[in-house]
Amino acid sequence: MQLTNRAKKTDKSDLSMLEHTYWPGVFKGMGITLKHFFSKKATIKYPEEKRYLGPVFRGHHILKRDDQGRERCTACGLCAVACPAEAISMVAAERVKGEEKFYREEKYAASYEVNMLRCIFCGLCEEACPKEAIYLRHDKFVPVFTSRDGVIYGKDQLVEDMGDRYLRDAWTKEEMQEMWNKQK
Amino acid sequence: METLIIVKACIILTVFAVSLGIAAYETYFERVIAAFIQDRVGPDRAGPFGLLQPLADAGKLFFKEDFIPTLADKNLFVMGPALAMLFALMSSAVIPFGDVISVKGQLIDVQGIDVNIGILWIFGVVSLGVYGILIGGWASNNKYSLYGAIRAASQTISYELAMGITLISVIVMSGTLSLKGIVKDQHGIDWNIFYQPIGFLLFVTCSLAECNRTPFDLPESENELVAGYHTEYGSMKLGLYLFSEYVNMFIASCVISCLYLGGFNYPGMDTVQAFMIGKFGPVSGLNIATGLGILVMLMKAFFFIFCFIWIRWTLPRFKYEHLMSLAWKWMLPIALVNLFVVCLAELSGKPLLTNWIGFAVVLGLYMFLGPILSRKLNVQAK
Repeated sequence: MQLTNRAKKTDKSDLSMLEHTYWPGVFKGMGITLKHFFSKKATIKYPEEKRYLGPVFRGHHILKRDDQGRERCTACGLCAVACPAEAISMVAAERVKGEEKFYREEKYAASYEVNMLRCIFCGLCEEACPKEAIYLRHDKFVPVFTSRDGVIYGKDQLVEDMGDRYLRDAWTKEEMQEMWNKQK
Repeated sequence: METLIIVKACIILTVFAVSLGIAAYETYFERVIAAFIQDRVGPDRAGPFGLLQPLADAGKLFFKEDFIPTLADKNLFVMGPALAMLFALMSSAVIPFGDVISVKGQLIDVQGIDVNIGILWIFGVVSLGVYGILIGGWASNNKYSLYGAIRAASQTISYELAMGITLISVIVMSGTLSLKGIVKDQHGIDWNIFYQPIGFLLFVTCSLAECNRTPFDLPESENELVAGYHTEYGSMKLGLYLFSEYVNMFIASCVISCLYLGGFNYPGMDTVQAFMIGKFGPVSGLNIATGLGILVMLMKAFFFIFCFIWIRWTLPRFKYEHLMSLAWKWMLPIALVNLFVVCLAELSGKPLLTNWIGFAVVLGLYMFLGPILSRKLNVQAK
């Protein structure tokens, strides 16, 4: 039974005298390998060169600020609840008068900690966040730890730097889907 | 006399060091060329462009555990790799890397020693080389090692026949067994490859088989025999086996370029020599011209080393019966016909023309008679 018409018929006729000497086959093969010898190499030399991993790769966590530089996080705790590894903990505090330019909502996270040894980089915190405050960066990895000191990242390592804002092509999976559709 | 001995000692030492150094860097180029053929970049971490990779490999091999199996024959087990390396290095003694250099008024050959049986020496030593493999395979007390060793022996014997007969057709042309004599006979661009293209192809194929290189690396075919004769070896003993293969490859490339591509001869060498002597005086001019000749010789050798590696990463391994039928049913008869044609050409007085006419006639006869003969044979077989 023939399922597709892609099958190529094998030539099983007797070899000609020239083919019996193997030389035509040998030279053909050597030509192919020589062509590859000069072709572009597929290797990415990793530590020096890095490949673009796409806009929704899940790397280092970041707590976003809004356009005026105020922290978006309101310490609702939904990310901590969503986290399957229980890596996130936070302490909430109330915004006092004069702090409006630092925090967007009346409540904010006085401390926000992610235990990087527990985190499994699933991205559920990103999905749970109602304020679009926490994201996993696509361009930065959490480094490998060789000791237990400093595996708990506090706000100093997590909050976005306004001088070097974090941007990416798609912020949600839906946007990503749209991007793919456009590419097609 | 004293200068002669000192200069000769220097030359021998240099040849020794150069063949070892080139063999070490062959391992690097093998890996880089393999990588390039497979669209990779190869080793590039040890030093600039990975040039220190051979040193790193050797260091690694030296520091590994030097292991001898309990049931192995200890003395022979150690002797195997040592012999393989010894015979590989011995053959470089008679290869003429250059013409003559002039030191203190004496003309000295750039060659270990110019014996009048040079090519026979190489042939003998190369055939002894299989003893290294055979002894190692036997002493390992392992059936796969023994299979590999036996394969190596029978393969070497089979291919030596065709190789020897091809060699005779070269000797018929030059009338001497001295490698220097053979090279001198191909002065300028009067190379043997133009007289005997078929012989050249045969000789290259046989050299591949003698060096146990793919497509003839049956002795170590890893998917049938684990690793063949060096299954039980590790540490620098394995290193010596692998290394001797690369030394053999370098020697084979040198021999091919001496026999068929004119060794240190290149077109216009007389003009260059005259020009150099005119410009730098008779002593240094001659030495510079010889140096150019050495470079040409090494370039030819490197070209063949590249071809060997290129072939290795292109062609799959032969099946054993194919290997044998190729040696006995194809290469031996073709070598005999080649010898016949070359002898006729030498007698005719116009070797170049007669050689080509001879090959054309033989080919024509085969094209005409071959189908008839094979039909008859097929009928008989049925």
